[in-house]
Amino acid sequence: MTESQTSTRTAPGTRPGDTPLLEVKDLHVEFRTKAGVSQAINGLNFTLHAGETLAILGESGSGKSVTAQTIMGILDVPPGRIAGGEIRYRGDDLLTMKEEARRKLRGGKIAMIFQDALSSLNPVMPVGWQIAEMFRIHRGMKRKEARVKAVEMMERVGIPGAEERAGDYPHQFSGGMRQRIMIAMAIALDPDVLIADEPTTALDVTVQAQVMRLLKDLQNEFNMGLILITHDLGVVADVADKIAVMYSGRVMEAADVYEIYGKPGHPYTQGLLASIPRIDDEGGRLRAIPGLPPSLTDMPSGCPFNPRCEFATDRCRTERPELRLVAEGHLSACHYAEDVYAGTATVTQRPSPTGAGMIPISEEAPE
Amino acid sequence: MTRYIIRRLLQFVPVILISTLIVYALVFAMPGDPIRALAGDRPMSDAVRETLREQYNLDDPFFIQYFKYIWGVFTALDFGSTFNGRPVNDLITQRLPVTATLALVTFVIQSIMGIVAGILAALYRDRFFDRFVQVATVTMVALPTLVIGFVLQLVFGLNLGLFPIAGANDGLMSYILPALTMASVSTGILARLVRGELLDSLKSDYVRTATAKGMKRTRVIGRHGLRNSLIPAVTFIGADLASMLGGSIIVETIFNLPGLGQQVFASIQGQEGTVVVGIVTLFVIFFVVINLIVDLLYGLLDPRIRYE
Repeated sequence: MTESQTSTRTAPGTRPGDTPLLEVKDLHVEFRTKAGVSQAINGLNFTLHAGETLAILGESGSGKSVTAQTIMGILDVPPGRIAGGEIRYRGDDLLTMKEEARRKLRGGKIAMIFQDALSSLNPVMPVGWQIAEMFRIHRGMKRKEARVKAVEMMERVGIPGAEERAGDYPHQFSGGMRQRIMIAMAIALDPDVLIADEPTTALDVTVQAQVMRLLKDLQNEFNMGLILITHDLGVVADVADKIAVMYSGRVMEAADVYEIYGKPGHPYTQGLLASIPRIDDEGGRLRAIPGLPPSLTDMPSGCPFNPRCEFATDRCRTERPELRLVAEGHLSACHYAEDVYAGTATVTQRPSPTGAGMIPISEEAPE
Repeated sequence: MTRYIIRRLLQFVPVILISTLIVYALVFAMPGDPIRALAGDRPMSDAVRETLREQYNLDDPFFIQYFKYIWGVFTALDFGSTFNGRPVNDLITQRLPVTATLALVTFVIQSIMGIVAGILAALYRDRFFDRFVQVATVTMVALPTLVIGFVLQLVFGLNLGLFPIAGANDGLMSYILPALTMASVSTGILARLVRGELLDSLKSDYVRTATAKGMKRTRVIGRHGLRNSLIPAVTFIGADLASMLGGSIIVETIFNLPGLGQQVFASIQGQEGTVVVGIVTLFVIFFVVINLIVDLLYGLLDPRIRYE
């Protein structure tokens, strides 16, 4: 009864397409560790529509993978704990949903591709069996029928000799082929949302491009919403529609891909973009953002990026900036977002000569 | 695969030769004259003694004795005869069923108890049952077999009267206490092994994938987690089964079961080299064959294993 109510709620006045496929609202996830409570995600917000690719970009420890695991419902609880927020799939909150209902969405409607296909595939089961399992469990197909479908999926993701190779085990495939098998398994049931957690990080560069191409083709074919989790700015530029830049479990900046690359509105994004090595650079040192991301158990007050930011002021050290609009469809969580966006922000501190942190400009010896 | 099996079978030959040689040498080196010991206090004429010594090749040099014996084993499966003139083969045929039953009952008990306890301990990690298994398994591994045997005899045999204390006259019931005694150490080790492997496996990426595929919890654990964590358990159970005959020496003596273990013990005391070597050879063959089967089974369970 409640289910039919929720599904009709969007009907009057609004087009069904107006409800986002996936909507994450003020999500908080923490981990209880021996060192204390570690705040992996602190108030995360984003939306995803059908056919759209959202790239979640961030360094290790920024909470990208925890975000993916929380959406999938595969977070290890404990030590993990969802401290607040909502994750709405077509309007229904996944976090308050009954486990059995959620299980049916998992894999069926919301599917995931993992980074390391070798360890993520079951080592002692043939790959065909692992793909066929999706059809057998979710669709109740018989073994033979499911196997035929599995071979079809393997052909669809471009595995040569799929029929013969369905009986092979994961270790008998190359890295790129294994990732294709993961993809075949994830898209087997034609999901609405596909989450790809660093899908190409473990692959050779040439294979990376092929796998991304495949993901993009499949997305267009099935009109899936794709969440691409990565730290690779190059991958993002090619395929993403929107980018959310994460840092310390928060979205620092979100906008469409051209905006972010063209006019970043957050010092952290600027730093990330500046650290991409360029082919027209003549030697010299690689530019890196000075310092390290903060420990999640001991967050700096104010803006989490302030210890590493060249524009940081006292306000940044005390007051936490909220995500706000700086331009059409462009959100940034920086007190000086407009100045950063316009390129007129005042530099207040510079990297120390050791590169380990920042020192205020006023303390620098005058030249 | 076939080449692998053939190579392993060929390895049996030196293993059996060397192990029997060692046992034969040890029996040969025991002080005293076995023929005189056989006669006991009764007088024995030199003629009879010489005939017996001749019959059992006791006057030949050691290596000749050994060679004559091993030749019989390999060519005619003839393990020689006791000093009473009874073929060792007869003895083995008569006593093997007792030891085989004991080993089988032990095997079943320890496999079921160890695996079930290990799985439950892993699934209820850090809860009461897990703690109980942890303490119980340490106790089972630490206590000497002798002590466990006597405690079981006292509690279940004498006080509660549930099972016979000794002998093999009550069918399968006679084997329960000896099997429990023999199973105790391995059950403890197995439970801990399965618990650890399952916990590791439940943390693994492929189990996470199975959950992400929308499989039910029971299927995630049973079909994906357990399937992988039982591979080391199978190896352990197999290796343990192979060495079980050795363990039967103590247990059959405690519970007075007329099996091969008890016979070996008696024959060592009676310096009956042929019997000792015969039974030990059987134990060795059993050990290497079971180990080969375990290795082949391992390859079936884990496709990543390659035989070359």
